[in-house]
Amino acid sequence: MRGVDLRIERGEHVLLLGPSGAGKSTLLAALGGLHAEDSGEQEGTIAVDGAPPRHRAATAMLFQDPEAQIVMARTGDDVAFGLENIGVPAAEIWPRVVAAMRAVGFPYGREHRTDALSGGEQQRLALAGAIAAGPDLLLLDEPTANLDPASAAVVRESVGRALAESDATLVLVEHRVADWLPLIDRVVVLTAGGGVIADGPPVVVFGTRGEELAAAGVWVPGLPGGSTRSLADVIVPRPPASHPAGDLLLAGEGLGFTHPGASRPALSTVDIEVRANRALAVTGPSGSGKSTLALLLGGLLAPTQGSVRATRRLAGASDAEKPPHRWRAPKLATRIGSVFQNPEHQFLTGRVRHELALGPTGAGRTDADVMSTVDGLLSKLHLDHLADANPYTLSGGEQRRLSVATALAAAPTVLVLDEPTFGQDRRTWTELLLLLGRLRDEGCAVVTVTHDTDLVNALADATVVLDAGRALDTAVRT
Amino acid sequence: MRFAEPIADATAPLARRNPTAKVVAAMLLTLCLAVSLDPVTPAVAIAVELAVLPLFGLHYRALLRRLWPLLLTSALASASYLFFGQKTGETVAAFGPLTVTTGTLDSALSLFLRLVAVALPSIAVFASTDPTDLADSLVQNARAKPRFVIGALAAFRLLPLLANDWEMLRLARRARGVDAGRNPLANVRLFASTLFALLVIAVRRGTRLATAMDARGFDSGRPRSAARTQRFGPADATLIAASGMVGAVAIATSVYAGTFAPLLS
Repeated sequence: MRGVDLRIERGEHVLLLGPSGAGKSTLLAALGGLHAEDSGEQEGTIAVDGAPPRHRAATAMLFQDPEAQIVMARTGDDVAFGLENIGVPAAEIWPRVVAAMRAVGFPYGREHRTDALSGGEQQRLALAGAIAAGPDLLLLDEPTANLDPASAAVVRESVGRALAESDATLVLVEHRVADWLPLIDRVVVLTAGGGVIADGPPVVVFGTRGEELAAAGVWVPGLPGGSTRSLADVIVPRPPASHPAGDLLLAGEGLGFTHPGASRPALSTVDIEVRANRALAVTGPSGSGKSTLALLLGGLLAPTQGSVRATRRLAGASDAEKPPHRWRAPKLATRIGSVFQNPEHQFLTGRVRHELALGPTGAGRTDADVMSTVDGLLSKLHLDHLADANPYTLSGGEQRRLSVATALAAAPTVLVLDEPTFGQDRRTWTELLLLLGRLRDEGCAVVTVTHDTDLVNALADATVVLDAGRALDTAVRT
Repeated sequence: MRFAEPIADATAPLARRNPTAKVVAAMLLTLCLAVSLDPVTPAVAIAVELAVLPLFGLHYRALLRRLWPLLLTSALASASYLFFGQKTGETVAAFGPLTVTTGTLDSALSLFLRLVAVALPSIAVFASTDPTDLADSLVQNARAKPRFVIGALAAFRLLPLLANDWEMLRLARRARGVDAGRNPLANVRLFASTLFALLVIAVRRGTRLATAMDARGFDSGRPRSAARTQRFGPADATLIAASGMVGAVAIATSVYAGTFAPLLS
């Protein structure tokens, strides 16, 4: 981030926009006074309320990852944590804790265990902790990016309630703009290294510069009161019309899984078919067993109930009798590729280039062949300039693209992805969609576990809806 | 998954004592046990410890169910003394070159009893103490720095998440086409690389948590207040004194019995 000139007045509700890597989170952290004086290079000055922002008690922040924000074991203690830190007298703490929990609509009392909360509930608790001290500046860094749509809606509502009860200033970073618009009265758009490129009321910014912003990676919503069509229809060309369904590749029959020591199965008696030339979406609320189903189809977990069978077309003659979870890993990677929800779990090497070479090298391909595969993927997923970077240093969007690319490098026939579009800017989202559509049309099977209804609408040929570990409904698009 | 859940009945008379008092009492007793190398001192201590366990809200059977691996490893560690300790006294049994004498028998028994006698008080303390209460008490009653105590408490909460990370890292390696098959060396290498990845993830998680705590004003130089008050009363002082008494009685018994063998002589 550089060259940003920005003045925010008291009480404004500002949305910060920009493509991946434009420095939105960096700016937010700077406003929150979180950059130590010796971290990175600094230019220019920043002041909140006329003073440097470090250790300012009246600033509250909320981050993307709910798990990394909960400090204490009990809900009430967690909300009280921030009040203790600024030295609020003991007698005042608990009334304020109760008030903050009520203000965000937190559904449990103050003795509830924080490790028994869902991601959305944790995020509301973190919000209660943030507003308990009565801040006049609220900084929210993609607070709903890791949540399913229902939880995200509740968190947005909580933010709305908290804002309605105070005259606090809001600065928000969020990719999915449309849902937040009712709370916003000013939009500021940043570019990588280029400072502020647009600034004004949402209607003006999106109205006059919508196309340009969309091209730069910003999610531009249909303007308020205008089109009611879904975001995907407005901005993303649909992939070419579907081909006829191809051969059966994988079949799960009566599939179920119970974690060791768990009282209730994570997944139970699910029947599922994975076919070539087909994109299958698996949807359902958090905790419904979607990720477990992805691991079972990916040949990574052994089912505790039912079976996963691979056809001869996928497994070849040698392994057709064996279930995928008993295949050797190098064989598995060339047949079924898995992309995990957290990309960082998947990185094995210190460089982007080596990361991509790992799969094809393991499959015994020649050096020249590996080189051309790696270069092809680097350019296809716009990672060329990062070829020698460490995967852990990439931004969230870049890491996501790399994790998809690593799975593709081994050229699997089936690709299983867990929430591939979480927290992506519009450009990455569109590229992923087109890439998956192309793979599907080239004869692969694409299985996507997702909360993203736009992705389902734009890509899926069939949808399996899970609830509490069971398949509720299987819809096939005609 | 819950980590180190208190397994004791929290309303038991000694479980309700101040956490810092419990820790100090346990440390004091441990210190007394370190003074002598004989079996009588720890035996007396164990007798008293077992007698007071119910006052900490612990049940013998529940405790045994959790602790048998510890007992087994202590016994195995002590057993090595049977054969490899200093061979003094008469020979009791011989298995080829391995002989057991009254001297090695004595030192093996002493070691086993001391391990158990030292372990029991710590177990009673941690099984009957909520980690949050302990942290509060260390800050309020022992004047420990919140920066370390509350920081450690928050880090403690991340441990169950790491168990999940470990599982995901393992599966992700397989998904990437990396496995070790039956080759033991490759298995060790894969384990080491997964462990390193876990370390990287742990550091990143820790950094994110630290940033979130920083954003909530933790360790900002302002004086901290306490939402939960931990009191240190006469009963807590009595617990510490009683623990010292138990240690003294154990040592006195050993001296009276003529078995006292000072650690430093």
